[in-house]
Amino acid sequence: MKQAEIDQQTTCYHCGNDCADERIEQDEKVFCCNGCKEVYSILSQNGLCSYYSYNEHPGVSQAKASKRLDYLKEPSIIRELIDYSDEKSTVVTFYIPDIHCSSCIWLLEHLNTINPFIYHARVDFLRKQVNIRYDTQLITLHEVVSLLDKIGYEPLISLQDVVKKQTFDKRDNLVKKIAVAGFCFGNVMLLSFPEYLGISVYEQSFRQFFGWLNLAFCLPVLLYSSTGYFKSAWTNLKNKVLNIDFPLALGIAVLFVRTAVEILTHTGAGFADTMCGLVFFLLVGKFVQCKTYYHLSFERDYRSFFPVAVQVIEGETERPVPLSNIQVGQRILIRNNEIIPADAILLKGDARVDFSFVTGESVPVNKVLGEVVYAGGRQTGEAIELEVVKPVSQSYLTRLWNNEAFTRTQENKIQTFSEKISQYFTIALLLIAFSSLFFWLATDVSRAISAFTAVLIIACPCALALSTPFTMSAALSIFDKNFFYLKNTAVVEQLAHIDTIVLDKTGTITTNGDTTITAHMTATDTEKQMIYSVCANSTHPLSRLISQYLDNYSKLDTNSYYEVPGRGITADVNGKFIKVGSAKFVDVMQAEAPSAQKTEVHVSIDERYIGYFTIQQQYRDGVKAVKSLSPAYRLYLLSGDHGHEREALSSVFPIEDMFFERTPQEKLDFIKHLQQNGHKVMMIGDGLNDAGALKQSDLGIAITDNVNNFSPGSDAILDGRSLKKLPVFLKFSKDALRVVYISFCISLTYNVVGLSYAVSGKLSPLIAAILMPMSTFTIISFTSLATHLAAKKRKLI
Amino acid sequence: MSIIYFLIGCSVLLALVFLGAFFWAQRNGQHDDLYTPSVRILLDDEPDEKDSKK
Repeated sequence: MKQAEIDQQTTCYHCGNDCADERIEQDEKVFCCNGCKEVYSILSQNGLCSYYSYNEHPGVSQAKASKRLDYLKEPSIIRELIDYSDEKSTVVTFYIPDIHCSSCIWLLEHLNTINPFIYHARVDFLRKQVNIRYDTQLITLHEVVSLLDKIGYEPLISLQDVVKKQTFDKRDNLVKKIAVAGFCFGNVMLLSFPEYLGISVYEQSFRQFFGWLNLAFCLPVLLYSSTGYFKSAWTNLKNKVLNIDFPLALGIAVLFVRTAVEILTHTGAGFADTMCGLVFFLLVGKFVQCKTYYHLSFERDYRSFFPVAVQVIEGETERPVPLSNIQVGQRILIRNNEIIPADAILLKGDARVDFSFVTGESVPVNKVLGEVVYAGGRQTGEAIELEVVKPVSQSYLTRLWNNEAFTRTQENKIQTFSEKISQYFTIALLLIAFSSLFFWLATDVSRAISAFTAVLIIACPCALALSTPFTMSAALSIFDKNFFYLKNTAVVEQLAHIDTIVLDKTGTITTNGDTTITAHMTATDTEKQMIYSVCANSTHPLSRLISQYLDNYSKLDTNSYYEVPGRGITADVNGKFIKVGSAKFVDVMQAEAPSAQKTEVHVSIDERYIGYFTIQQQYRDGVKAVKSLSPAYRLYLLSGDHGHEREALSSVFPIEDMFFERTPQEKLDFIKHLQQNGHKVMMIGDGLNDAGALKQSDLGIAITDNVNNFSPGSDAILDGRSLKKLPVFLKFSKDALRVVYISFCISLTYNVVGLSYAVSGKLSPLIAAILMPMSTFTIISFTSLATHLAAKKRKLI
Repeated sequence: MSIIYFLIGCSVLLALVFLGAFFWAQRNGQHDDLYTPSVRILLDDEPDEKDSKK
């Protein structure tokens, strides 16, 4: 009880963050920042405090810089964003990454309490979307978005909104096909039972009636549900490829023809239930395979990273211009934390640009006036003015997307097992079918045809076609639980075939933004205070890091301060001459400067060498795990950063396999070169500079700390916390593939048993009706059980 | 036994009605969001402040 009270006193009422440092109070409630308090006061004014009673601390911390939303007043941008609009009302759908609990749903669906001109709001929780209908005349899109922003639910707006526009039509269609097939399957089963149980001679008229009904139920299955298989088999045949859809389509066709013939000529009951069951199970397998992640997007490109609009300065005024309309020669204004959208020349202001996402450089870069700043960098500090020198799509970074790696189709990366095996399977199947046809043809024509069709029916690779989807989708959900999101089931197989792993450095094996500073010096407190005073004057990124590190000192007066750009600082503090900067600048003896490989800042006071700071990126705790992948996998490091950390990383990567200062294009080419030497390459990266390499590689994994954030287009998205599980993931993918192999053997056994009946031409519908569902159930239960056991063994669940 | 014809006709008709209902629901978008309604139903219009605090 007491503990709970203390908690209430020190945690923010809105977001639950610790607010020991800063306390803002209102209505006897504590808030960590003004943003949170602001949200609370809006809600309490509108009588929406129930928001806080569904969950404790339902809000998300509002301690962040406010964004400009002016661009939402541009008609051309509004048109792109809204779903529907007429004179009365407008409908718009926003993607809001912060939706996370039932309070969020409740609040967002009560938007009209705050603003009555919002008629209706509906949340889709899994997709993190809210659909809003508002009055076109009385409220603007800009006001709606700023309202959302004010209550702490800032929508993520991007013109290439792939998350929103994912097509669900395909899945929708599949569900309908399954419904029809299931409906027919159920009815046919019911009508086939009397036949299997035996109908007495007096009730022969029923037999015909049931036969006709069965045939009628087969028609929608053939003409509607199974069309996909026929289409796919046909297109593949045209391309001279034998894929698994060919024997499936053949089996379905033969089943139908034989059923129709037997029923029409009153020679038998046909295989109506086998056919409907086959199509039903196949479609269910397809459904299981197409898992969708609502909140993830694997297809993003630079457009979703860049802002929707940029402030363009025209004379005295500035106005937002959509990114695609930015022209060469325009003056643009970039504020703190905004991204530079096109290659541009710096005209005004102090540019300190963070290129970590673009080039992999870990430390922000200072740019001088007149210098070209490449697109994609994020300005930190004051607002700057630039002149655009290249259109957005032709910039240094975005040119990468013109590479052929982005235009070629993604299908044939690695041939999957079922693709490989189905060729041989089909050939063997046709061989057996035709040989049994010719064997019986000499003696008995009807038996020959019956044997031929029976072989095609019984050997229809239903179980084989199901083994991969069921295993891989089980594997997918296990990866999913471990924060490793795969684009589709084929990726699991690709994962199992990888032999080379290429990693990016900044953001991939280091965490973004975190640096460790170590002081190698024996300095007194006053000396440290002097160093702090000097560094606090400088805007250089390294100085800022050091002054942050020595934060608890007060600043002393500095005289005759002089900064040599790119080298160091000299100044007089307390009448002492202090020098801070590179080893050369401070004039360090070789013996005292142990390595020139790390980022180092040396200090001397009155020409006496004090020591140095090393600035090192914080590595993810998964780096050790990555190391254990060698020698089973060949490891490469491919970084856009300078080689300061070559030595520190030499414990993980072989020296000769570390490459620094690589441009995005060079990264892509490096992957291509490895592939040409016959390697199956997995690329792990995080930034836009890795986008080309991710696309080119056989398996591109984008690593991210927050799956809602931008990640470049890839085959899989890995949460940074799970990097340490990478070796286990790789092993598990091999387990999954082994499960597929074994289930293939099982289904083959069923086929052989069935074939022994079939070649003799004596396949009864009952045997087919038992064999087909039995093999299907064996495969489904075996694959899901074996996959879960394997996952348990690897400690993934 | 000719009642069987009638019964089967009824059962198929009934099944067709259900299939039709399913198609209607699918087209209506009732299967688009299978999660949020399960939360929404638990939200009262005015929940009691004390309820949430155990």
